[in-house]
Amino acid sequence: MAKKRRFTKDDMELTLLALPTVVWYILFTYLPMFGIIVAFKRYRPLPDSNFLVSLIKSQPVGIDNFKFLFATPDAWIMFRNTVLYNCVFIILGIVIPVTLAIMLSNLHSKRLAKGYQTIIFLPYFLSWVVVSYFVFSFLSADKGMANQIMNMLGKESVQWYMEKKYWPYILIFLNLWKGMGYGMVVYLASISGIDKMLYEAAIIDGASRWQQVKYITLPMLKNMIIIMFILSVGRIFSSDFGLFYQVPRNSGPLVDVTQTIDVYVYKALMGMNNIGFSSAAAFLQSVLGFITILTANFIVKKIDPESGLL
Amino acid sequence: MKKHHPTGGVEYYNRISQPVNILFNLIFTVIALSCIIPVLFVVIISISSNESIRQIGYSFFPKEWSISAYSYIWKMRSYIGRAFLVSIGVTTVGTLLGLFMNSTMGYVLSRRNYKLRNFFTILIFIPMLFSGGLVSSYLVNTQFLRIGNTYWALILPLCVSSFYIIVLRTFFQTTIHDSIIESAKMDGASQLLIYFKIVLPISLPGLATIGLFLSFAYWNDWFTPMLYIQSDHAHMYTLQYILVDIEQNIQNLIRNAQYMMAGESLANIPSETVRMAIVVVVVLPITMSYPFFQKYFISGLTIGSVKG
Repeated sequence: MAKKRRFTKDDMELTLLALPTVVWYILFTYLPMFGIIVAFKRYRPLPDSNFLVSLIKSQPVGIDNFKFLFATPDAWIMFRNTVLYNCVFIILGIVIPVTLAIMLSNLHSKRLAKGYQTIIFLPYFLSWVVVSYFVFSFLSADKGMANQIMNMLGKESVQWYMEKKYWPYILIFLNLWKGMGYGMVVYLASISGIDKMLYEAAIIDGASRWQQVKYITLPMLKNMIIIMFILSVGRIFSSDFGLFYQVPRNSGPLVDVTQTIDVYVYKALMGMNNIGFSSAAAFLQSVLGFITILTANFIVKKIDPESGLL
Repeated sequence: MKKHHPTGGVEYYNRISQPVNILFNLIFTVIALSCIIPVLFVVIISISSNESIRQIGYSFFPKEWSISAYSYIWKMRSYIGRAFLVSIGVTTVGTLLGLFMNSTMGYVLSRRNYKLRNFFTILIFIPMLFSGGLVSSYLVNTQFLRIGNTYWALILPLCVSSFYIIVLRTFFQTTIHDSIIESAKMDGASQLLIYFKIVLPISLPGLATIGLFLSFAYWNDWFTPMLYIQSDHAHMYTLQYILVDIEQNIQNLIRNAQYMMAGESLANIPSETVRMAIVVVVVLPITMSYPFFQKYFISGLTIGSVKG
C-alpha cells in the first residue's frame, strides 16, 4: 500500500458519501462505548449540562458499583441464567437446524420442502411481543388452551405464570421454535452449494445415504457451523430481552428462572432508576462478551487455522 | 405429480427410502403446524364473542362468533389507527434513511482504491465485537442527543447495522464492475453522481434485501418505544408498543385513548378479544407478505454469512 498517496478528489467525494454513517457510528456506538465508564462513577445528571459533562464531573467510586451489585443475590442468578440458557441455545440451536436442514434437503418432493421451509420461517418474522400473546392464549390460567386440555384429561389446572419449574423448558422451546427457520435456511443454503459430484463419487464407492451425510454433508457444513458457533458464543452474556421479559409477562414468582442480565439491566435502569447497578451489570456484559468472542475465535483458529471469523 | 425418471439418474437412485420420506414428512408437518396454529388461534380468539370466552375460555370452536373487537378498534381509530400510522411512518422513514446510510457506507467500502477504506472497515467492525451496552446508550440518547420522546428515538438507533453494511459491500463488490465506475469517472462524473445515478439503480436486488431487513426490524420494534417514549406521549406509541402497554392491563388502552377520544365507557370494551384483534392487525401484514419476500431475505442471509 502506498501510504504517502495523496487524498484525491475521488477520496474526498467518497468520504463525503460516508460521512453521515460515520457520524451515526460516533454518536450511537462510540459515544456509548466511552460512556461505559459510568459504571465506575456515582452518576448524577447535573442540571443544565449534558450527559458527557455530568459523567466527567460525577464522583468516581472505583469498583463500588460492582461490589454492591454482587452483594445482592440478583447478580449471581442473572449471570447463571444468562450463561446456562445460552449454552443450551447454542447446542440445540446448531444440532436441530442442521438436522432439519439435512432432512429437508432429502425430502422427495421439492415443492413440499419449499412449503415447509416457508412455514417454519414464519416465527422468525414475528416479534416477541406477538409471541407472548400466542403463549398467553395457551398458558393463561383460566382461559388458556393448556389448562382446558389438562382438565379434559382429568388433571388439575396449573397456574403457568406462577410455577417456575416449567419455564426453563418453555423458554428453551420458544427460542428454538422462533430461531429454527433462520438456522435451517442458513444451513440449507450451504447444503445446496455442495458439489453434486462428491455425492456421485460416493455412490460409486457404494456409500449409503447415511454415510454420505456423515462423510460429505456434515464436513462441508463445518465452516458454516463454526461461524454460527462463534457468533453465538460471542453473545453468551447477552439474552433476548423479549423472550425473558415479555413472554413470562415479568411475572414475580418466575424471576429465579427468567432474570437474565438484559432483564436485570432494564429493570434496574427503568424501574429502580439505579444507574450504578445497571451500568455495572451492563459493563460486565459488554466486556465479558468481548473477551468471549475473541477467545472463541482464538481457540477455533488454534484447532483449525482455516476457520475462524476474524 | 412427480414425474418418474425413466433414465434413472443418480439423484433418483440415491433418494431416501419411501418409509423414511414419509416419516420426515410427518415430522415437518408437525413442526409446520406448530408454526401456523398459534397464528390461527389468535385470529379465532379475535372473532370469538366475549361471552363465549368467559364461558369456555379461548377455544378453536367458540360458542359464538363476533366481530365486536374489530368494530371496537374501529371506534378507537383515533388511538389505534394513529398507532398504526406511526408504525407505518416510522417503518417507511426508517427504511429509507437506513437504506441511504447503509448503502453509502457499503459502496464506499467496496471501492478498493479508497484511501480510508481500511480505517472505515475497522470503524464499522469494532461495534460488532464491543458495545457500550444499554445503560450508556440510554444515557447518551436521552441526556446528550436528547431524542427521548421524539420520533427520532424510534428511527435513529435502529437504522444502521454493520451487518447490513457488510452485506451491501459484498453485493456491490460482486455486481458492480470497476469498469462501469471507471468509465463514468472518465466522463467526468463525481462519486456522488455515480452513487445515485449508476450504483443505486443497478443494485435494486441488494437494496430490496436490506430494505426488507430494515422494514421488518422497524415494524416489529417495541423495545425502543418502551425505552424512549413515556406514557405522557402516548400519541407516539407504535402498534407493537400498544401491545406491550396493554399486555398487563387492558385499562391502559382506555387511559391512553382518553387523550384522544372522549366519553367512551369502560364497560363497553370487549376486553378479552380486543387485544387479540390488535395482535392480528400487527401480524397480518407480515404473514401475508413474507412468503413473497422470503427469497430476498435468504439471499441477504447467505451473503451476510460469507466471511467478511
